[in-house]
Amino acid sequence: MMAKQVTIDAKGMHYTPLNQQIRKAVEDGADEVVVQNVLGQRFIGDGLRGNATIHVYGVAGGDLAMFMSGPTVIVHGNAEHAPGNTMDSGKVVIHGSAGDAVAHSMRGGKVFVRGNIGYRGGIHMKQYEAQRPILVVGGSARTFLGEYMAGGLLVVLGLDGAMDARGIGSGIHGGEIIIRGNVDDACLAAGAKKVPLTDEDRKRIAPVIREFAGDFGLDPEPLLNADYTRIVPASARPFAGKYTWE
Amino acid sequence: MSSNLGSMPLRYRVTIDREQCMECERCINNCSYGVFRRDGDRILINSRKCTACHRCLAYCPRDAIMLEEQPCDYRSHPVWTRATREAIYNQARTGKIILAGMGSVANLPVIFDHLMLDACQVTTPPTDPLREPVELRTYLGKKPSHLDLCRNSNGDVELATELAPNLMVETPVMLGHMSYGAISLNAQVSMARAAKETGTYMGTGEGGLHAGLYPYQDRMIVQVASGRFGVNIDYLERGAAIEIKLGQGAKPGIGGHLTGEKVSKDVSRTRMIPEGSDAISPAPHHDIYGIEDLSQLVRAIKEATEWKKPVFAKVAAVNNTAENVAAVARSSVDAVVIDGFRGGTGAAPRVFRDHVGIPIEVAVASADRELRRQGLRNEVSLIACGSIRESADVVKAIALGADAVYIGTAALAAMGCRVCGNCYQGLCPWGIATQRPDLVERLDPDVASKQVANLIHAWTLEITELMGAAGINSIESLRGNRDRLRGYMLDENILNVLDVEPVGA
Repeated sequence: MMAKQVTIDAKGMHYTPLNQQIRKAVEDGADEVVVQNVLGQRFIGDGLRGNATIHVYGVAGGDLAMFMSGPTVIVHGNAEHAPGNTMDSGKVVIHGSAGDAVAHSMRGGKVFVRGNIGYRGGIHMKQYEAQRPILVVGGSARTFLGEYMAGGLLVVLGLDGAMDARGIGSGIHGGEIIIRGNVDDACLAAGAKKVPLTDEDRKRIAPVIREFAGDFGLDPEPLLNADYTRIVPASARPFAGKYTWE
Repeated sequence: MSSNLGSMPLRYRVTIDREQCMECERCINNCSYGVFRRDGDRILINSRKCTACHRCLAYCPRDAIMLEEQPCDYRSHPVWTRATREAIYNQARTGKIILAGMGSVANLPVIFDHLMLDACQVTTPPTDPLREPVELRTYLGKKPSHLDLCRNSNGDVELATELAPNLMVETPVMLGHMSYGAISLNAQVSMARAAKETGTYMGTGEGGLHAGLYPYQDRMIVQVASGRFGVNIDYLERGAAIEIKLGQGAKPGIGGHLTGEKVSKDVSRTRMIPEGSDAISPAPHHDIYGIEDLSQLVRAIKEATEWKKPVFAKVAAVNNTAENVAAVARSSVDAVVIDGFRGGTGAAPRVFRDHVGIPIEVAVASADRELRRQGLRNEVSLIACGSIRESADVVKAIALGADAVYIGTAALAAMGCRVCGNCYQGLCPWGIATQRPDLVERLDPDVASKQVANLIHAWTLEITELMGAAGINSIESLRGNRDRLRGYMLDENILNVLDVEPVGA
């Protein structure tokens, strides 16, 4: 059976009618929705359910795939502020770079960014039972990476040069941050600590790296065998020692 | 020995009148703090564990138990009060921030108590609510700035303006946000049933929506706080409205923190975090670093729910509340909740609880005035909260500019809470601020929901009477009607901020 494809021209369109058209296409059974001429429209795929694939051509605006539950969004370009914000499940693939707070409070699914991300990437990602969010960044990330992180996996591959983020993992109390290459201790924030990447860990992240490489047409082998720094919470209760009772 | 301070003087002393006591052991069974125990033929008392929750007194069939606060005197001193001295001893011993339960204990004047309500006499007769309707129903949400009308093909005039979704409340008293985790499921279910029965709404707090509350979801306002606990598209769609929590009156400017001990299996499922893990809500929403970002979050929520639900935003009452509220009113929200500095909490740093923020009375009055000045009053409804204690407070808050109020502590008190402020211990003997199954079971939703509904019903009757006496037959005519208030023993500056005349004027 042929996959049902719907094409929408977003040129000059406000985000509300654009989202209504995407929603309608998915409700009507489209497997693939191609959105052309996107120029900063926010909230694409916001709260969207199902398992369709949305192709976005252009620059996606803020909160792409926020609260999304199921679909795949592929951005052939850059994305603004907070793609994957509070996302439940599904996948976001960004062929360019993305702004601040990528995958903010994401609780499941995957966000793959080929280029760089801004500040506070993966902030407060969290996991629950089978839901474990994954954020992989091909390029570099900025300061406060993985801040308040409560669960999930965050990988930075540094394909275009080493990452210079500081304040990594401030207040992290769950999950793990894995960065290719060495990370200077001075770049870690209070509450985060470096541990060696074990063979077990390497085996665990291999499928994620293969999937990422596959999505962007990269050779996974050099990435699978590279050196990584693993950053985890120093404590699951970062504030436990701060308070006393009246 | 970790300090040389020894033990502090007892906060409370519990005594049993041995003549009256029949040793039924109800006190032993009811006290979850372990004050009472049996030793041979006697019931022994450890007063140090007492929190003054009154559970033992309430369930003693013989009125044999008596409780005394601060039985041991310090040398009296107007500056070095007992509280300041004891805080020093605590911090000298621990070196930590002091956390405390429930609202501010700072002994500051309550402005509500210095505002007198008006009544009609001969120049205008009062309205008799028995005979004439006094309308308390109100709609929360955006109102159009003007109406466009058109004529249809039959020649009838129809409304052309598209109206934003509003919440219809039958009484201007709503139940504020107290999360599952901070309070028990039975406490939440009791309040949800009461909200349904009385035609009002209840906030979920930021703990997600437990499946046990789904039957009442059309009466729930679901909260989105900085931790995003329990937030997904299903949650947003279940709520009658959605509230973004930006601040809390008991602790403005800081986040929240549910300790791992309270994250039981059920709480963990509802919050969608692992059992036993700390639930940390950061101080800011990390996708809101400026007022433009708030607009983005509001619209993200509206877009996700297809613009079908009102979105509220809650801010703590602080110095520039009026400007904050005016800014929030421009962010597409439908209502702004202002939480005064006396607002309750499961736990807040003592220094914030008692020293940060401003009273709800001035915050709501100045916000209402600023919104009117900027021509924005129709854009948002105003909900006042943070120490609304009785129906008169509701009427005064509305006369100062609120559309409705949230109550929190008052609703808990209706279920038995004695405001002992030990919520953080998780041992609430009334089954409210606890997750311990045997304690939660003590709170029967069939009984407690009736008590909460009774309270709302009683306040509604009183509000009707007060309005009738003032000759006001609808809540719209009371809202922002400062002429029906007079300030008694308030200084001129406060009166100016409130825009209220002094008594006699």
